[in-house]
Amino acid sequence: MKKSKWKRKLGKFYGMLGNGIIGFFDIFLGSIQKLIGLKGIPYLFVLPNLLIFGIFILYPMLLNFFYAFTGGTAFFPEGRPYVGTANFERILACENYLQPNTCQEDLFWRSVYNTIFYVVIQVVLLILVSLVTALILNRNIKWRGFFRSVFFYPNLLSPIVVGLIWQWILMSDGVLNGILMNLGFDRIPFLVNANWARFWVIMVSVWASMGFYTLILLAGLQSIPSDLYEAASIDGASKWKALINITLPLLMPTMIVAIVLALIRAVQVFEIVFAFTGGGPGTATMFLVQYIYNYGFTSPNRQFGVAAAASLLMAGVLVVLTLMQLAAKREESY
Amino acid sequence: MNRILEYLTRRRGKKKLNMSDFLSYFYLLLGVLIMFGPIVWLLLSSFKSSIEINRFPPRFFPYQQKTIMVDGYDEPLQLFEVMLEDGSTRELAQVRRIGIEAQMIDPENPEDIIKINIDDRSPVEYISFNFDNYTTGIDSFSFGRYMRNSIIVTVSATLLTLIINSMAAFALAKYKFPGRKPIFLIMIATLMVPLSVVLVPIFLVITNVGWNNNLLGIIVPVAATPTGVFLLRQYMLTIPDELIDAARIDGASEWRIYSQIILPLAKPALAVLAIFSVMWRWNDFLWPLVVMSKPDLFTLQVGLASFQGEYTVEWNLILAMTVLTMLPVTIIFAFLQRNITTGIATTGIK
Repeated sequence: MKKSKWKRKLGKFYGMLGNGIIGFFDIFLGSIQKLIGLKGIPYLFVLPNLLIFGIFILYPMLLNFFYAFTGGTAFFPEGRPYVGTANFERILACENYLQPNTCQEDLFWRSVYNTIFYVVIQVVLLILVSLVTALILNRNIKWRGFFRSVFFYPNLLSPIVVGLIWQWILMSDGVLNGILMNLGFDRIPFLVNANWARFWVIMVSVWASMGFYTLILLAGLQSIPSDLYEAASIDGASKWKALINITLPLLMPTMIVAIVLALIRAVQVFEIVFAFTGGGPGTATMFLVQYIYNYGFTSPNRQFGVAAAASLLMAGVLVVLTLMQLAAKREESY
Repeated sequence: MNRILEYLTRRRGKKKLNMSDFLSYFYLLLGVLIMFGPIVWLLLSSFKSSIEINRFPPRFFPYQQKTIMVDGYDEPLQLFEVMLEDGSTRELAQVRRIGIEAQMIDPENPEDIIKINIDDRSPVEYISFNFDNYTTGIDSFSFGRYMRNSIIVTVSATLLTLIINSMAAFALAKYKFPGRKPIFLIMIATLMVPLSVVLVPIFLVITNVGWNNNLLGIIVPVAATPTGVFLLRQYMLTIPDELIDAARIDGASEWRIYSQIILPLAKPALAVLAIFSVMWRWNDFLWPLVVMSKPDLFTLQVGLASFQGEYTVEWNLILAMTVLTMLPVTIIFAFLQRNITTGIATTGIK
């Protein structure tokens, strides 16, 4: 009895507090409204967001062009001389683009090839695994919510946590090597061997994000009207035929959105790898964003111009990918 | 037996499970193993002592050696199962070890010292979940401070995001004003360029504002999320304009319309954005890494990454801190998993 009375009092207090705050702002903003009129009000409402957005996102994006076309090692703009396209030329100077050793910025090209290799394999694998999982979850499955949550859970973990967990599992003294040894195999230096490290970077990133794509594809599958399947089964179509001729074509728009989204994220891969392999062994798992990060923030002689030029080249790729996504979304909504 | 099998495989609609159902469940169970296995392993490992954690091949459960207090010795002695020369085994406590020789005593009869080869004894162990890693980890890693920073950043950035995003979304959804389209388009356009690409110039701006090594530097810049504005605007478009017109006729100011009509009606969308924002900010890594150089101001994620370099061997402590770092999001997910999964499925945002 007493408790509920207290609760009611507390609720009343919060209500009064809320009304007080709203009322206070109402007096303040009401007088502004009188000053600028109804026409000016929307600008007032977008202002806080737009201000922060403009200062911390839009302006730096423009500033990036400035860095890309100026040289030197100075961080502040005053100390940076204009060098034209020298930074881009430096990145693109290559005798043979297929052999990073012959390039002036061999690390850039190495990270480009690492990224391309990663993007192609990771996206194909990711979409395939997510599609199979979504198709299975779309069946008449018990505990669907539970399974869906299980697959989604790793998405919530921070990249650092994901990196640490898998490093712990794959160490040469880790549990996976322990299992291998119990089965009578030799230990494998998973994180020391370049190809194994590449393999695991892809596996871990699929592990960490497949639940998200499964959710998107599952939503797409569930929006396919069930009478189509009924009609198909009346016509005597097998389940396999229904999958090929009904499910996959109708899922296509969602699939394209998922694929482009996966592509955009894969091109930007950095944090998980940073915590997991640190780009190593050597430069085996060094990707584009890490190259930019290294030049901007870690190398002894920071080359902000080169980092900015590289990030502009990458942004170009991302813009193309996003335009593809927007086009795909439009198609989906029609 | 057959009837049990029949009962287990019975289900709605169709009479029996067929082959493809079995395959489906097999796939899903395998999925549970792969998805949760690493987490369970992390959890179990985090309770292991530093000796146990460096053991190879590792054992599944955290074990601890049994110790016993014996009269005449101040410290508890470790218990071993010893194979004696006559072939019998006895539980003896170890007094000291010299090279390959161990001096053992019988706890019942502490006077006689039995000397044996260390290969003839094996420790007596029991499964024990040991919280030492958590307590020492929290003490020695200034974990409490990182936790505090993370909570401050997550809570204040989320509140700020909710307020300014909802205001902007309200204006973009419910007013027709010159400049509306360009503002919206620019915001959508910047969705495609990730923060990681413009790190250097943002760092310059932060430096000019004087916010490096200041928590504001990782709260404010990320608060104006275009994703949030987009999400809220799409939701507010579904709120009928008639409500607003009616309130205006009653003499309500635009601020009152926003705070007392639009916000309560947009609660579902605000809740989704709040959950996302908490996840984003809690897990942010790259941005705090760049802005913060003073260890006092590290967030959990940056702190965790820095332990890794500092204490490469102390995996037991690192794993315990990893578990603590993922605990809050895990709890949120456990309670709100339905909202989260449907929110993502309908908006396509993560």
